[in-house]
Amino acid sequence: MIEHAHLPDPVALLPGLARGLGATTRTPRWHPGIATGCRHAELFAPARDASGAGLALAFARDALAREQAAETPDRRPFLWVQDKAALRLSGRPYLPGLPAELRHRLIHVAAVTPEDALFALEEGLRCRDLAFVIGELAGNPRALDFTASRRLSLAAEKHGVPLWLVRLDARRDLGAARMRWEVGAAPSPQSRWNPHAPGTSTWRADLFRTHTFHPGQWNLRDDGAVLTAEPAPSATPDHGDLVHGSGDRSLAAG
Amino acid sequence: MAIWCTDLAIDRWRLAEGLACREGPDATPLALIEDTAHGPRIAAVNAAARAAGAMPAMRLADARTLCPVLAVRPADPAGDLAFLESLALWAQRWGPWSALDPPDGLLVDVTGVAHLFGGERALIADVLALLEKRGLAARAALAPTAGAAWALAHYAPQAAILPPEADPRAHLADLPVAALRLDADVVLLLRRLGLKRLGDLDGLARENLARRFRNTRSAAANPLLRLDQLFGLRPEPLLPVVGVPAPLVQRRLMEPIRHRPLLDQVVADLAQDMARLLEGQAQGARRLELGMWKVDGEVLIRSLEMAAATRDPAHVCRLFATRLDDLDAGFGIELVRLRASWTEPLLLAQADLDAAAESHGTSLAACIDRLTVRLGAQAVRRPVPHASHLPERAQRWQPPLADLPSSQEELRFHHRPLKILDKPESVSVIYETPDGLPRRFRWRGEVHEIARAEGPERIAPEWWRERSTVRLRDYYRIEDALGRRYWLYRHGVIGDGRGGAPEWFIQGLFA
Repeated sequence: MIEHAHLPDPVALLPGLARGLGATTRTPRWHPGIATGCRHAELFAPARDASGAGLALAFARDALAREQAAETPDRRPFLWVQDKAALRLSGRPYLPGLPAELRHRLIHVAAVTPEDALFALEEGLRCRDLAFVIGELAGNPRALDFTASRRLSLAAEKHGVPLWLVRLDARRDLGAARMRWEVGAAPSPQSRWNPHAPGTSTWRADLFRTHTFHPGQWNLRDDGAVLTAEPAPSATPDHGDLVHGSGDRSLAAG
Repeated sequence: MAIWCTDLAIDRWRLAEGLACREGPDATPLALIEDTAHGPRIAAVNAAARAAGAMPAMRLADARTLCPVLAVRPADPAGDLAFLESLALWAQRWGPWSALDPPDGLLVDVTGVAHLFGGERALIADVLALLEKRGLAARAALAPTAGAAWALAHYAPQAAILPPEADPRAHLADLPVAALRLDADVVLLLRRLGLKRLGDLDGLARENLARRFRNTRSAAANPLLRLDQLFGLRPEPLLPVVGVPAPLVQRRLMEPIRHRPLLDQVVADLAQDMARLLEGQAQGARRLELGMWKVDGEVLIRSLEMAAATRDPAHVCRLFATRLDDLDAGFGIELVRLRASWTEPLLLAQADLDAAAESHGTSLAACIDRLTVRLGAQAVRRPVPHASHLPERAQRWQPPLADLPSSQEELRFHHRPLKILDKPESVSVIYETPDGLPRRFRWRGEVHEIARAEGPERIAPEWWRERSTVRLRDYYRIEDALGRRYWLYRHGVIGDGRGGAPEWFIQGLFA
């Protein structure tokens, strides 16, 4: 017996989706702390540093802080899936370096092949007891085609478990993620106590493909509790209502 | 007690036709025939045909020679057996259990129940009267053993009773050897040997009989075994008939219902009840009969047959919904009854884990199990802190749902990288002074210009578990010109006497 589970209406799923005339002006701009309604985001990051994983964790914490009630601390674990190539290129999570509130909630999955990693991601998305799922896949494996991406997207939206998929050294291939970021490291601000020391983690984030927001570039910084953004210094000037370049257009802005 | 229905097939045929004895076709010679390899053969004959010379087991052609007006009908041995089974169940009114004696007999255990009917004679009379009321010609006999009762029913006067205190050898001596329930060829052999009565057999030495029939183990071919069973010297197990009542649920309605939605609700309730009942018996229904009693006494019956045993209430309701469309409720339905007239064993099935997981999500334990089964226990783990200064020893891995070990709070003033390489990778570093801050390093074929650096943080080897030649490490947090942050260490210092020039390694990646 096939039971048709309730799938949310794709339009109702995205409260910020603007259509029709003037959609460009009505389409909101992303900023940290905004409710995105996005359950599946892809972060394209280089494998030489941990900027992808770091920003994914920061996004996840940001989304969790928005969702959870203050009086009931969230103790749900989260899943971190890596395939073998990602593990070799960028290392494995290190407990003392994780954010303090996530430190003891990590469940790590070291998959050998990308297929196994995708399986683990999907199983994690189907689990109601997980706070979120982070995936790290290196390159453009054949298994991660559009269908697999769409599967992950549907599972995430059906069960409400967010997926932050970090793509290390990957081309921007087809994907079903609702937000796609290009992530890199950015020079950190001066440390308060030692001007010669690296400061808090800073990332250069480029939201290049999204359903409900204008694309844009930011420098994001994780100031302990909240994620702060400042416009990227090298961002292209805002052209107002002019048509964006074809590759940089919000899908909703038509 | 043995009951022998002398003309079971004919009686059954007559009852099916709705005829009284010697009326209509039964008044003329008639035979029930069965087809054999050698042409039709007579299975049973009625009284008129028997008078005309036809006998059971005779070929139809021979019987027609004797009696040209012989009418024939097909015999139904399977139906006869089914009828005999229901008769055996019915016969349990006289005793706690009964057994079949095919093709046309019954054995009822009436040990200690005769007084309920007013004695053994009254019991036999009751049996004969009730069987006659049902239109069956029968003979009955009472004896301490099943074999003796059978012999008396077949070869003694009607309603014979062998009292327990009587000597069975004397009492049964006049019966023919066929009363021993032997095969026909054995009876023929005994007759050729000149043994016609049970008394003749009893006169022989036991060893002689045993020697004569030493090769036959079957009771039906060994007169000695049969004799022992007759006299109760050897047990004779019988297979009792056990009635299985069909699962039945019903609802009496306070008000007669006349509308379809109410009836659907009642059917759904009945299907739920039936599912619970069948589940308790580990049965599934193949055929369901829904009977609806109307106020004016009429009964509407809808039956349903399923391809496979099921007890799913939703499935049953959906199937019945289409069968109830043409129902005429009249003045209302006051009793609805659902009966599973054909059931098959259906074991309890596990609830559909996949479907439940599909709609509600899996639990964490189920998720871990699925991951572990496919990926192995070594692939799904969680890090736990370990008391060690060395960064790679400071975390250990354990199964994800195991309890966390007790540990000390980590020191907060140490900056530790988000990710750590499984094995520190060697880098070539350019520095101003050998013990000073690094300026530039090359890792994986790319040169990183170091913009900022902090350090060193000196981590000495754990002397209590390592050899004395292990070098210390000086850790540096560095950030390159593009903002990439790494954790480097210099392995040893110049002049520590534990090797040559110190090497540099990269161990961690900051977020």
